[in-house]
Amino acid sequence: MAAIVNNLALLGRFALDRVAAIGRSGLILMHAIIARPQPLIAFPLLIRQLYSVGVLSMVIIVVSGLFIGMVLALQGYTILVDYGTEQAVGQMVALSLVRELAPVVTALLFAGRAGSALTAEIGLMKTTEQLSSMEMIGVDPLRRIIAPRFWAGVISLPILTMIFSAVGIWGGLLVGVEWLGIYEGSFWSNMQNSVDFFDDIGNGLIKSLVFGLVVTWVAVFQGYDSVPTSEGISQATTKTVVYSSLAILGLDFILTALMFGDL
Amino acid sequence: MDFFDDIIIDIKQLTFSRGERYICKNMDIRIPRGKVTAIMGPSGTGKTTLLKLIGGQLKPDSGSILLDGDDIPRLGRSELFDAREKMGMLFQSGALFTDMTVFENVAFPLRVHTKLPQDMIRDIVLMKLQAVGLRGAAELMPSELSGGMGRRVALARAIALDPALVMYDEPFTGQDPIAMGVLVNLIKKLNQALGHSSIIVSHDIKETLSIADYIYIIADADVIAHGTPEQLKQNDSDQVRQFMRGLPDGPVPFHFPARDYETELMEGR
Repeated sequence: MAAIVNNLALLGRFALDRVAAIGRSGLILMHAIIARPQPLIAFPLLIRQLYSVGVLSMVIIVVSGLFIGMVLALQGYTILVDYGTEQAVGQMVALSLVRELAPVVTALLFAGRAGSALTAEIGLMKTTEQLSSMEMIGVDPLRRIIAPRFWAGVISLPILTMIFSAVGIWGGLLVGVEWLGIYEGSFWSNMQNSVDFFDDIGNGLIKSLVFGLVVTWVAVFQGYDSVPTSEGISQATTKTVVYSSLAILGLDFILTALMFGDL
Repeated sequence: MDFFDDIIIDIKQLTFSRGERYICKNMDIRIPRGKVTAIMGPSGTGKTTLLKLIGGQLKPDSGSILLDGDDIPRLGRSELFDAREKMGMLFQSGALFTDMTVFENVAFPLRVHTKLPQDMIRDIVLMKLQAVGLRGAAELMPSELSGGMGRRVALARAIALDPALVMYDEPFTGQDPIAMGVLVNLIKKLNQALGHSSIIVSHDIKETLSIADYIYIIADADVIAHGTPEQLKQNDSDQVRQFMRGLPDGPVPFHFPARDYETELMEGR
């Protein structure tokens, strides 16, 4: 009997902790979003974060986009050539990229590259009492540290996603047209006929915006809420990557069902 | 003259607990203005927590902390940040911003809280760094400083806005004898020259006695004694004598609460 009660108590404690964590993360998000903007101070901070969160993630995004586009074209070609429809490779590559692969893969890479870095950076600032000392100087770390990082993530991810798609399509062109010899005219015209700007590109961008919000939110919250020890930071970084990856994949299904479910 | 004619901080009936354990229970402390007040006590008695309560970084379960009449725990977020402009705090680790130079660290509070022109900020920063003897290190990064130098820079940063109250969290811990002497002198001199009130949290008895005007000793979640250094040296309570003379065991137990020693040893058989 005692064991059952204990287990129930543990379950209750676990649930309460989770709910409290969600509450705290909501508060952090609220403070980051509704912070009264001070353009003169905030803008340079945002630019700096855009550089470290966005620009420094470019290499991994460009390289991955290129290879994924190339693989898509190669796989698509080997299947489509049996039916004599290899001209559709361009359309296939573009649609898979803008609708699914670019938003999802970019967000996953972004969580691993930038999300984990944000968590570790903020966690270490907490461990070394930099956040506390900033508070004591009378500067709100939620506005000074969290808000610029959050917005940098939200702004960067859709741009990185567009870059990923563009590079991926170029990779598909390299393999499909330059290597396998598909007629370039039909590669592009099939793509132009089938890819709709709002339905495909627009929805892909909406996805990446949602992923950007979620990944950066998870990352800054995990850093800010981490236990200030080396073990705590390592756990927080792991949680950032795991939670944001799961959130990306789960949300992708929901968003896809909402956007393309009625087709 | 009585120390308490003019007080800057008035802590009344303060209670704060972590889980089941009380860090302070109905604690009353008054900090006189313009003096160096020390809060002493064995490690783990919640001295740093007390500073965080005064700074509003933690909220007490009950009680009030009046800073010039403002009740810190009841201030809203933005009022609290305004109130903190009156405080400077020297953290145990220094807590310098690692992505800024020494100069920028000291300039930080000035840049965010004042609209002073650049050249005036530069002058103030150089004056503060001169006061702690590190004007020559202005362009170094915090990672290039020794622990003692880092703490002096943090001190310069804490006094950058000339706060009414400066709180020192274990300023002497882990310092070599020279750095320790420098810090002791600095704290005393700065207190006299700038006229602010200081709170020192420490368990280094000799150094603290040498500069404190008034001392509170806390243990078991309450103030067990308070007075001037002279009064405390003559205090005949066992607990105070144990602490002041550094005796290993006494009313403040050496051992963390545990089960009976013999029983526990025999259990393993």
